[in-house]
Amino acid sequence: MALDSSQQAFVAFDRVQKSYDGEILVVKDLNLQIAKGEFVTMLGPSGSGKTTCLMMLAGFETATHGDILLDGKPINNIPPHKRGIGMVFQNYALFPHMTVGENLSFPLEVRNIGKSEREKMVMDALDMVQMGEFAGRRPAQLSGGQQQRIALARALVFRPELVLMDEPLGALDKQLREHMQFEIKHLHEKLGVTVVYVTHDQSEALTMSDRVAVFDDGRIQQLAPPDDLYERPENAFVAQFIGENNTLNATVTAINGDTVDVDIDGGMKGTALKVNCDGVGSRTTLSLRPERVRLDHSGVNRTEGKVLELIYLGDHIRCRMAVSGHDDFIVKVPNAGGDHKHLVVGETTQISWEAVDCRALDA
Amino acid sequence: MSDATANGPVLAADGTPLKKSLQRSLRHKKFRALMLIAPLLAFVLVTFVAPIGAMLLRSVENQIVPDTLPRTVVALADWDATSGELPDEAAFAALAADLAEAFDNKTHVKLAIRLNYESPGMTSLFKKTGKAAARRFDPDQPYRQQFIDLRPEWGEVEIWQLLKTYSSRYTNGYFVNAIDMQKTPDGLVMKPDGQRVYMASMLRTLGLTLVITLLCLTIGYPIAFLLANLPMSKANLLMILVLLPFWTSLLVRTSAWKVLLQQQGVVNDVLVWLGVLADDSRLELINNQTGTIITMTHILLPFMILPLYSVMKGIPPYYVRAAKSLGATNWTAFWRVYFPQSIPGIGAGAILVFILSVGYYITPELVGGRSGKFISNWIADFVLKSPNWGLAAALGAILLALVMVLYVLYDKIVGIDNVKLG
Repeated sequence: MALDSSQQAFVAFDRVQKSYDGEILVVKDLNLQIAKGEFVTMLGPSGSGKTTCLMMLAGFETATHGDILLDGKPINNIPPHKRGIGMVFQNYALFPHMTVGENLSFPLEVRNIGKSEREKMVMDALDMVQMGEFAGRRPAQLSGGQQQRIALARALVFRPELVLMDEPLGALDKQLREHMQFEIKHLHEKLGVTVVYVTHDQSEALTMSDRVAVFDDGRIQQLAPPDDLYERPENAFVAQFIGENNTLNATVTAINGDTVDVDIDGGMKGTALKVNCDGVGSRTTLSLRPERVRLDHSGVNRTEGKVLELIYLGDHIRCRMAVSGHDDFIVKVPNAGGDHKHLVVGETTQISWEAVDCRALDA
Repeated sequence: MSDATANGPVLAADGTPLKKSLQRSLRHKKFRALMLIAPLLAFVLVTFVAPIGAMLLRSVENQIVPDTLPRTVVALADWDATSGELPDEAAFAALAADLAEAFDNKTHVKLAIRLNYESPGMTSLFKKTGKAAARRFDPDQPYRQQFIDLRPEWGEVEIWQLLKTYSSRYTNGYFVNAIDMQKTPDGLVMKPDGQRVYMASMLRTLGLTLVITLLCLTIGYPIAFLLANLPMSKANLLMILVLLPFWTSLLVRTSAWKVLLQQQGVVNDVLVWLGVLADDSRLELINNQTGTIITMTHILLPFMILPLYSVMKGIPPYYVRAAKSLGATNWTAFWRVYFPQSIPGIGAGAILVFILSVGYYITPELVGGRSGKFISNWIADFVLKSPNWGLAAALGAILLALVMVLYVLYDKIVGIDNVKLG
């Protein structure tokens, strides 16, 4: 559901900057277009500016520079309560002095919706998250997962077209978190609302999103669907941040169309896909996924690796090797049927990889 | 699974039974805890519980009458006070004997003072009669006539009724007095109009206290809100401004208000200078209720702000944000989401200010004048100026009971669990 240029963006950040103290830019030149009905995740480490962006969209922070547009209209000067954006907070922010029903009724009351209709909408929303019989409870009487569902229902009960979620699953345990990821994803598909989701958990981002915006240092490093992000990272940060990654430092020696020849530090020569590197003689970072390395010489980049450590992980075996002077080179050996190679610590083995799996990125 | 062996209780490492060993170690702990709080416990008992208990006892104590006039009390026991007739000769003879003994022991003056609380004029009556009973009364003549010849009051039934009424060892007389009633042989009746002062004063104390509490809340709430929501550096400055008067002597603050509020004071001067007031119609802001209210509100304000602040500090900002994101205006978000969560602070502040205020003494004494006088000022008067400790104790006990009743009421309505002081 990626946005093509002909569609008008439902949410748009146009050259947005944000500074709290007038000295440091927390958000630097943010441009982002989100289509109607899209699920976009802002992913990044703490302090990368993703929550600030969400708060600017919600209206709790003002942009220092630039415009934020909702459905084509700038909303910089519209107060939060008039934006009609649903929001799920990190700590749920369920009002402790109200029952679950009153919590859900609150956004409808402030919109002057009649009592009978209000009750119906509340029940619908509660049923939607399978919490129908909990209307009379207080938030404190609910478990974390139940509170999470109520918070979700409350953000959706007044049928906003845009829902923001600020690390909503952060406080849940792993199993519940994974379960809720699917529930949120299904709700999104069912209701067709636009969701902007903030998280620092990459598996959450990859599971749920149509597109992921990877934030670092106040900028979007890459905005792409989950598979692109993993398989075609555009810079060293994204390659490192998403999934596991082997990093090899190298120097470009020749450019041949789509590929480059490189001298990898430690003496090895190789070929890599030209993605984001400068001309001949410049430094580059090669990114290679551990599962794309083969334990034979069938690929174009061939070398030897010395096995340093083996970790048995059930479905695969994680092998740390010394390759061309880099001793944190990881290879994932699938635990397939009996015919795969059984490595032993200390042995030297053949390894190779294809040029297309090895991306030459910024240094 | 128990660690008990087949042939006996579980033993500790040194061979003693485990239970005994556990008790011993705990006893040592308990003893140490008790010793640590012992000084405080002794201090509280000696300086707080005992004096208050002794003072409360004084509100019902009446030993002096039966102790000084033991024979008279016995003689009057059979006398019907409502008959309208004087008691018989035996009672007069008993009183003569009691008074003569009391005069020799010099206890008749104390008795006179005690009975004077109930009916003015008793002091001189008893002093005179006591002296006569010891020196001049002729035991062979009828005592009744000698008494009446000495002071005609002895021929009045009321004096004897009073003696009989207060002949018991304990009396509710002080309390009756404190609620503006008096004891008569026919039961309790209201005092004459001009003498009913204490209940009016009690009601005024409660009324003023209520006004002061509400004013403190009205002024304190926004300040506490700012304190809890401003950035740290500004909040600290504001906090110092709140606490600064707190660190200043109460007398200094009260006197400062005298300077500000008097007719030739700063406030009036400024108003006259601004042309708001004519020079000859300066406001009376001190030595009346207005003075008491203004000054006490200022003095008690921190007691409202601090508990409010501590509760507000604990309300996370995301609740109001959530309310706004759900479509509530600033006011609705405040009123329906923030305010209900700050109620425990309001409860704590209000109860603190109310209880402190209802028993306040120094400030109303200095700036209250006549109309701003609190019940505590009466109590102080009866302790210091015109000693009647029994009445002072009775008024104090009523005040204490009132505060406790209010506390229970408050607990029923707001719930004391909801009160947070910090």
